[in-house]
Amino acid sequence: MPQVSMTVNGKATSGTVEGRTLLSGYLRDHLGLTGTHVGCDTSQCGACVVHVNGAAVKSCAILALEADGADVATIEGQANADGSLNVIQQAFQDHHGLQCGFCTPGMVMSAAALLKENPKPTERDVREYLEGNICRCTGYHNIVKAIMAASGQDVTAIAAE
Amino acid sequence: MYNFEFVKPATIADAAKALGTEEAQALGGGQTLIPALKQRLNAPATLVSLSGIGEMKGVCRADDGTLAIGGATTHVTVASEAAAHYPALAALASHIGDPAVRNRGTIGGSLANNDPAACYPAAVLGSGATVKTNTRDIAADDYFQGMFTTALHDGEIITEVRFPVPQKANYQKFVQPASRFALTGVYVAKFADGVRVAVTGASENGVFRWTEAEAALSADFSPAAVEGLTVSADGLIRDIHGTPEYRAHLVKVLTKRAVAAAA
Repeated sequence: MPQVSMTVNGKATSGTVEGRTLLSGYLRDHLGLTGTHVGCDTSQCGACVVHVNGAAVKSCAILALEADGADVATIEGQANADGSLNVIQQAFQDHHGLQCGFCTPGMVMSAAALLKENPKPTERDVREYLEGNICRCTGYHNIVKAIMAASGQDVTAIAAE
Repeated sequence: MYNFEFVKPATIADAAKALGTEEAQALGGGQTLIPALKQRLNAPATLVSLSGIGEMKGVCRADDGTLAIGGATTHVTVASEAAAHYPALAALASHIGDPAVRNRGTIGGSLANNDPAACYPAAVLGSGATVKTNTRDIAADDYFQGMFTTALHDGEIITEVRFPVPQKANYQKFVQPASRFALTGVYVAKFADGVRVAVTGASENGVFRWTEAEAALSADFSPAAVEGLTVSADGLIRDIHGTPEYRAHLVKVLTKRAVAAAA
């Protein structure tokens, strides 16, 4: 059986996987990092978004072996060093950017990728960037608002529709 | 998903060798193939990743003025690195799927799959590009042979795509909002010696050239030039998203929009 090694949230990991093991499966089943959610079996929902070498990818649409040697970041590594929520997570809480929370790990990871490449996105930029992240609860308005707030922009004019 | 042996060669030669074994399948970015494998629609014995082949990645302007894009180049890289050379192509790449798909999906993978609603086939056919493989060069007009069907032989690898750069070009995609694929998409490219118009998402035979529009636009590159033309609904796709007649209508509307945006 093949061996895989990768850095996950700054820690070296390794394990024995099958050819078909998805990165989402390696994270959840081998490492016990169940914050990465698998919401569909069609690679459409985006709940499983993680960063591989800094880029947002759907961890259910990449084989674990394809990430061999990579630097992977998941939702478990997003909080501040003292355990407090990071600015994006805190904004989701402050602006009620979630209801059931199932899509939230993917939303937060996509938001982090967006803000890294576009620190002051427009509302439209945020909505376009989240095309691959599906939420069944919120209607997206408060998610967009939270991400705008996390970018340091004034969101008082964005109505909670 | 059925299990398989995974290999990740570092050179085209090693990849070709690995693909020569029985029931071996090439893996580009996996944004279509992995979901298909999960549905057990495909059961390769060996999956040969092309993502570790450095010589198949990147965008550069060739000496003959064409734009050369490696087969394993991701959509996000084309979107950024082709922007200065061929803006219409970069814009097309920047709207494929969603950001996570663009970070993994590759031009070679898209062309090898030849989804009838994919964006890249329209750019390749509309530009009159050349698909280069590990064994030969294939002209776009010979490459696309129907829905999910191409001129590629088993085990053949798309190593590069060479795009002639037109004077003006534009791609208009009418997005199917759930899949982000083109419900219908039209790529218009104006060269010194004529105009090419390629249509994706509309035909049961995959991407095709709208030759009547090409003739009209070569004579007069304006939206009005195609006003008097009609697109036949014969052979166009009928599904829950649209009728053949609806798609035929979209072909003309999007062609006019593409010409207006390019002009």
